[in-house]
Amino acid sequence: MTSVKELSKRRDIFCAGHRACSGCAPAITMRQVTLAVNTHLVTGLSTGCMEVVSSIYPYTAWRSSFIHNAFENVAATISGVETAYRALKKKGKLDAEYRFIAFGGDGGTYDIGLQSLSGAMERGHRMLYVCYDNQGYMNTGIQRSSSTPYGAATSTSPAGIKIAGKQQFQKDLTEIMVAHELPYVAQASIGYYRDLNKKVEKALAAPGPSFINVLACCHRGWRIEPADSLKYSKLGVDTCMWPLYEVENGVYKLSMKPREKLPIEEWLKGQGRFNHMFKPDNADMIKKFQEHVDEKWNRLLWKCGELKERPGQPAK
Amino acid sequence: MARKSVSMTKLALTGNEAVAEAFRQVNPDVAAVYPITPQTELMHKFSEYVYDGKVETELIAVESEHSAMSAAVGAAAGGVRAITATSANGLALMWEVLYIASGLRLPIVMAVVNRALSGPLNIHCDHSDAMGARDSGWIQIYSENSQEAYDNALQAFRIAEHSGVLLPTMITMDGFIISHTTEVLEILDDAAAREFVGEYKPMYTLLNPEQPVTMGPLDLQDYYFEHKRQQVEGMYNAPAVIEQVAQEYAALTGRKYGFIEAYRMEDAETAVVVMGSAAGTTKDVVDTLRERGIKVGMVKLRVFRPFPHEQLAEALSHLKSVAVLDRCISFGAQGGPVYMETRSAMYGKEIPIYSYIYGLGGRDLIPSLVESAYNDLFEGTPDPKMRYLGLRE
Repeated sequence: MTSVKELSKRRDIFCAGHRACSGCAPAITMRQVTLAVNTHLVTGLSTGCMEVVSSIYPYTAWRSSFIHNAFENVAATISGVETAYRALKKKGKLDAEYRFIAFGGDGGTYDIGLQSLSGAMERGHRMLYVCYDNQGYMNTGIQRSSSTPYGAATSTSPAGIKIAGKQQFQKDLTEIMVAHELPYVAQASIGYYRDLNKKVEKALAAPGPSFINVLACCHRGWRIEPADSLKYSKLGVDTCMWPLYEVENGVYKLSMKPREKLPIEEWLKGQGRFNHMFKPDNADMIKKFQEHVDEKWNRLLWKCGELKERPGQPAK
Repeated sequence: MARKSVSMTKLALTGNEAVAEAFRQVNPDVAAVYPITPQTELMHKFSEYVYDGKVETELIAVESEHSAMSAAVGAAAGGVRAITATSANGLALMWEVLYIASGLRLPIVMAVVNRALSGPLNIHCDHSDAMGARDSGWIQIYSENSQEAYDNALQAFRIAEHSGVLLPTMITMDGFIISHTTEVLEILDDAAAREFVGEYKPMYTLLNPEQPVTMGPLDLQDYYFEHKRQQVEGMYNAPAVIEQVAQEYAALTGRKYGFIEAYRMEDAETAVVVMGSAAGTTKDVVDTLRERGIKVGMVKLRVFRPFPHEQLAEALSHLKSVAVLDRCISFGAQGGPVYMETRSAMYGKEIPIYSYIYGLGGRDLIPSLVESAYNDLFEGTPDPKMRYLGLRE
């Protein structure tokens, strides 16, 4: 694994001058992920915040080659570029060594881009797909996605008088990608960027497609202070809402076990989108959230060989 | 027919096989394939070529047409020659990405095997699929038979990839009527075909290590308009390139192609304008009527985008009346898409032009139906509203 000292000497591929909000965790994700690349690179981005802040014509924040096609098709687009690369290599028309990274937000990955992602992974294109998961359609005005957590208030799941925020738990995309039997799948958080650097290096070294799901808070959508982006990206891990783990050739491994597993309130409190859950009438919502986290966490511990007994299914 | 400069082979092929044959000869770098009737056979054939090692093409068997066009965009952005093929709903699913392919100026070549759009579901020929994409910034070339489909496929690469054009190009053929009908056609030998199409040298590519590029940026009020204007320039430049490529092709094969084909038009008093396989039927009708001493002609449109306004207007300007046959409805409009373009091309000329809709969902266009359109023109009182050929009402 490349040392921090070494990484600090590398020239940023995602460079200064982009127009992301101050404290934007996805922007830090772009930088930290691409920092781990030491070959030529083609980056693809689905439509979303990171695309619109990084490539406003006639400027670009990308020192790698970069392509944006549409919202739902970054995986298919990079499939095409990667195939072009193989075609050129086969014909001896290109010597340079390239890697391919497709980035999508959770909307572009969990929802509208899921088919394109699944297809690209099944076909075995050697690309790393990184989902920067900020748990909602933040670019279009904070709507709920299938990654938005239970209870969260969004523009399309507001904390209403009758219905208090999103009624469903998150889709577990990382597990869906594990089911694709890829050489490398991991879950990471920008709050623990060294773990992310390491995972990107592993993913790029994998002989086929790889996938990393990165929790990267949107302070606008989570209704927190910009300075707290990384704090909340960390707390997601420390409460075991977003465990860090990897699955290498089907083998689960926990990347980090919190010294003390914090109650979910520690992550929920202070996030404006969960404020209503702290009202006395909604006390059962936090309880329900905690139970879901615990069940999923125990299940993951079992998969990672840290628990002997197989726990039950998480409650819906 | 003009003299040929190279040897050619006669083969009996379906339209799908003929275009697959052209694609085999071109040996593109990447092909994105997804099944849909009636295009499937084309890519079956091409997949066989890939799996039998007869081409060096990398095949991407994608999970939808949306991804087929997306992967083609990725491949073309990677600086290689990319192809795909589709029909009907498949083309409709690609719609979003069609505009991106042309907006990024990527010279993808696509075979569109024309089929009716749902709903209700119908797998047979009409032109509503390609007509739905007529404003997508793609060059559109229609084929009358398998020979033309083959010839158009080879010429498409030269047109699309020309530095003054750089626009994706779709060549079309009528589903089943051409795609599944075996006809005898002449094909070039492989070396001549490859030499004609030539090597593709991209202007920009994502895979140039010396010069990384950003493609598909956010393009706002300050530049988007100019970029659309530049796309128009590509379309403006296309006619000269289409003509030049056709001339070179004629020198090679003896087969001449223009924007339109005028059939027995010199002394014609009335004419029908058609596209695709209907031209063959119409030529027969013209011959029959001519035998009876009736002065009729036909104009076949080969290129629909860019639309050959001047050539068409010139071909029709001496007539007493014109009927335009569309295999597509534009709901709520005054007539079919070809009709509206023809009316526009003929603006200022005092010649009545009538719209006929025919053949939707694969309904046969039999000679007596075409004849009835000519009869209307001669009787002088066609219904001013859209008329239908072969419809039960």
